[in-house]
Amino acid sequence: MSTVEFNNIISKLLLDYRILAPVCLEGKGTFSGTDLVTYGDIERIQDVVFDRKTVYSAKEVVFPPNETMFYFTEEEFKQPSVDQKGILVFARPCDINAFRRLDAIYLESGPYPDPYYLQLREKLKFVLMECDHGFKNCFCTSTGTNETGDFSLLIRTEEDQIFCLINDAGLEDLISESLASNSMRKVDLQPRFVQRNKTRLQIPDKLDNSLFAHPLWQEYASRCTGCGRCNFSCPTCSCFTMQDVFYRDNPNCGERRRVWASCMIEGYTEMAGGQEVRKTQGERMRFKVMHKFSDFKKRFGFHMCVGCGRCDNVCPEYISLPRCVEKLQEINNGGVS
Amino acid sequence: MAQNPYLPHKVKILSIKRQTKIDYTFKLESSIKPDNGQFVEVSLPKIGECPISVSDFGDGWIEMTIRRVGRVTNVLHDLKEGDGMFIRGPYGNGFPLQKYKNKHIVIAAGGTGLAPVKSVVNYFYDRLDLVKQLNLLTGFKSPEDVLFKDELEKWSKDFNVIVTVDQGNKDWTGDVGLITEYVKDMDFSNPEEVEVIVVGPPMMMKFTVQEFLKLGVPEENITVSFERKMCCGIGKCGHCKIDDTYVCLEGPVFNYTKAMELID
Repeated sequence: MSTVEFNNIISKLLLDYRILAPVCLEGKGTFSGTDLVTYGDIERIQDVVFDRKTVYSAKEVVFPPNETMFYFTEEEFKQPSVDQKGILVFARPCDINAFRRLDAIYLESGPYPDPYYLQLREKLKFVLMECDHGFKNCFCTSTGTNETGDFSLLIRTEEDQIFCLINDAGLEDLISESLASNSMRKVDLQPRFVQRNKTRLQIPDKLDNSLFAHPLWQEYASRCTGCGRCNFSCPTCSCFTMQDVFYRDNPNCGERRRVWASCMIEGYTEMAGGQEVRKTQGERMRFKVMHKFSDFKKRFGFHMCVGCGRCDNVCPEYISLPRCVEKLQEINNGGVS
Repeated sequence: MAQNPYLPHKVKILSIKRQTKIDYTFKLESSIKPDNGQFVEVSLPKIGECPISVSDFGDGWIEMTIRRVGRVTNVLHDLKEGDGMFIRGPYGNGFPLQKYKNKHIVIAAGGTGLAPVKSVVNYFYDRLDLVKQLNLLTGFKSPEDVLFKDELEKWSKDFNVIVTVDQGNKDWTGDVGLITEYVKDMDFSNPEEVEVIVVGPPMMMKFTVQEFLKLGVPEENITVSFERKMCCGIGKCGHCKIDDTYVCLEGPVFNYTKAMELID
């Protein structure tokens, strides 16, 4: 169908759904004169950036960087209300797979599912964006997260034509009405997934405590500045810290929030009294790498990292996560690093 | 929204006992039934939330011994009897009390580490016939830092209690020196029958455990309790994770065979 026809469908969907997709914020990039490609609300298909990777992931849809858990007035608590609309997110296979990782932490770890995550996650539907090729630093084929079947819609754009595969009964009803009046034609559409990345690595079968004392980590101790960008751009990083605030106008009222936390930033393990573990950036890097490529799998059965490569894209020190894993594999194979 | 585990409930402060200048014991009206060694998340709206171990509990009450050491605890210390604080929990696991039956028990606690094991001591103090022998070794920085003085006095009448301080003063007539020195002096005829609990600052735990191992106590007979930053208590926030273990879920109490593999 044409762009105009598809935008009519979007208008219809917007009555029931919030639609988020990669958008380009002009001039908002890190460096002057650069743009920021990130997630934002869209109203038409032309708003969607298909040919570039977002700096931040879509996780903020279900795990906002700053989320109010409840408000308090004197001694009463009130939980914030949520938008009743569903959420449609344009996402690439790695990012869709990343939500499975967040599900493990928020819904399966511990005695209770996280109610804040759950209420947003239940509304979530994915619009699959295909990758024609791997982007800079992508290594999804190495992490096995280059494919997915978990999507409600597949959208493919070719010149002025939009191709669409509907994989969701609810959406099909909604969309088919519009389609009836369209000058559309039927095509056989199968999702296409990237099968090769420039960056490739073998994830070591076994990463254990014996690697903890290896001098490899010292390199990161001197290179990493502890800015936390790798965590904040990661679609699978799920840590948070509680934060209470009170309102300046009325100190009797306030709210408890949770905010994104980073294991690479000082203070992540600090307790009252100042006691802290993992004081060097080398130890913090080790903790992060072990979590993404070993610890998480031991607990949930699959690796946490989805190979989106965003951490490498945003690191101000050009530290490469896949290169680190590669070195660990070399060490395991008896090579000297 | 489904049942929300993050929502705390208010509990009334029944009494406050000053143990030291910076450690107060709060007795709270609460119907929760914790295991010995579990913790709760304590909070004051607008200030914040922190994990605190339950030092003792009974029918309709729990007790926590809280050191004035941070943002939340500083304000907690300004509260008075009749005031309220907010809690959620209990979380984590407790000490394996069944395992200690008919055993020779040694509890080694350093400083505020005595708080999480206080209820264990009281449990066996009330049931001395359940165990072969009960020993309590406690170490504090100075005589001013000694916690639970009344209880220590009471306990020492019925079983072996050693209270040592790193540095004494002119009024101190008790023991002086590190806990490890007193472990060395222990004489176990059958170390296999000894069950040890070690709780305290990381260095104290490390060296105290080593002394018990030297005496021939098997690794699996040693239990420790960890202290970590925990924002949720329910395995989500990530701060307390070591390896694939969440201290808030699988801990804070660990058998030493597991604890020795947990490297931060």
